[in-house]
Formats: sequence, C-alpha cells, structure tokens
Amino acid sequence: MSDANKVTIIACSGDLDKAYPILILASTAAASGKDVTIFFSFWGLFIIKKNDGKIIGKDWMTKMLSWMHRGGAERLKLSQYRMGGMGTWMMNQVFRKNKVAKLSELLAMCQELGVRMIPCQMTMDAFGMTMNDLIDGVEQPVGAATALEYASESGINWFI
Amino acid sequence: MADLTLDARGLQCPMPVVKAKKAIDSMQSGQVLEILATDPGSKADFAAWSRATGHDLVLATQEGRTFRYEVRKK
Repeated sequence: MSDANKVTIIACSGDLDKAYPILILASTAAASGKDVTIFFSFWGLFIIKKNDGKIIGKDWMTKMLSWMHRGGAERLKLSQYRMGGMGTWMMNQVFRKNKVAKLSELLAMCQELGVRMIPCQMTMDAFGMTMNDLIDGVEQPVGAATALEYASESGINWFI
Repeated sequence: MADLTLDARGLQCPMPVVKAKKAIDSMQSGQVLEILATDPGSKADFAAWSRATGHDLVLATQEGRTFRYEVRKK
C-alpha cells in the first residue's frame, strides 16, 4: 500500500538546475511532515559529494570523469548555457541577489529536517567512490530493489 | 496576539516554510506563530503547508509588500 505521507525522490542529475528542485522539494516535504528519502544515483551522487573538490576514482577513466565533474553541492554547474563557466556564475549571482539559499544550505536543511539520503551502490562502485568521498549523514549504499521497495510504498515519487 | 514571530522577509522558497516548521516545533499546541514574508508565493504555500501539517492558518493579510500570517499550532 502506498502511503501519502511518504516521498521518494530518485536524484540522477548532478546539474545545478536539477539539484535545486530536488533539495527544495525534499526540504519542503520534510517541513510539511512527510517522510522523505532521496536515492542518489549516477551524476546525482555528485550532489552529496564532499565540497573539497577531490578527484576520486580507481583508474584514469574514473579519475578523468571525476575531474570533469568535480561535484560537491557548491561546485555544480548548469545543465546548459554554461558559456565556459559564465552561465553558472551568472545563475549563482542572480540567486544570491534574490536571496535564494545555496545548495549546501539546502542540503544541510534537508539533513536537519530528517531527509534520508541513500546512495546507489552500483554507480558508486563504477565511479570508484567510497563513503569517505560523501558528506556525513549519508546512509549505506543500496541497490535498485531497495529503491523500488521505497517507491512502491510512497504516495509521491519523483525522478529528477 | 502571537506567541512567536518569524521574520522571513526577503527569504525565498523554500526557506519561509522550512523556517516556519522549525519555529513551530519549538512551540506548544494552541500557541500562535506569526510569520512575516515578502515572497508572493508564500500566500499559496502557507495555506498548503497548513493543510498538510494540520496547523490552523487563522490569518493571512497583506500590508504593502509584506504578507502576514498567523498559524495556530495543532
């Protein structure tokens, strides 16, 4: 039976313009009394990567992917109109001017409100990512079957 | 008369709602939280948030650019 009070979000994107709706919806749902779980998979893992900009990986290919996508909520880029970094910079400036919270603040807010954050084991292994590369408070990685179980119990399911 | 006032003026979605949740958590049942906001989206959002949480939105007014809400904790 699906429970209207449960929200499951599959976060597959590490783009700034996807991370915002993920964390805004998650924090708002938690503030409205819902049980919220976010599964971070593929590039989505880079939202919960530490902000140290460390290059991770186990071989030259994973290291190069990590070099291209440094991750950490503070380092996410726009999905389009990047213009060599200028697009992302302008977006961040506009958000600061409008007093929109930073992604790292929203992430901390989500954790404070009890949003569960669960990384995907398969993509973590593929990227050569360890729990040490992720922010504190993230739960142990799981597979698709666990995500499916959560989704089937949730009244609200978002894939972002 | 409100028991606690939350000044969320200048803050954007989702912060007014998130801060209201944290403020109301510190209060007793039946107490009233006053919220000041400038985000026009807060009008619909505090009504929805009150319905979702079961708190009672007893007042929603606008004075100039400031929206004022009073929510009685359930």
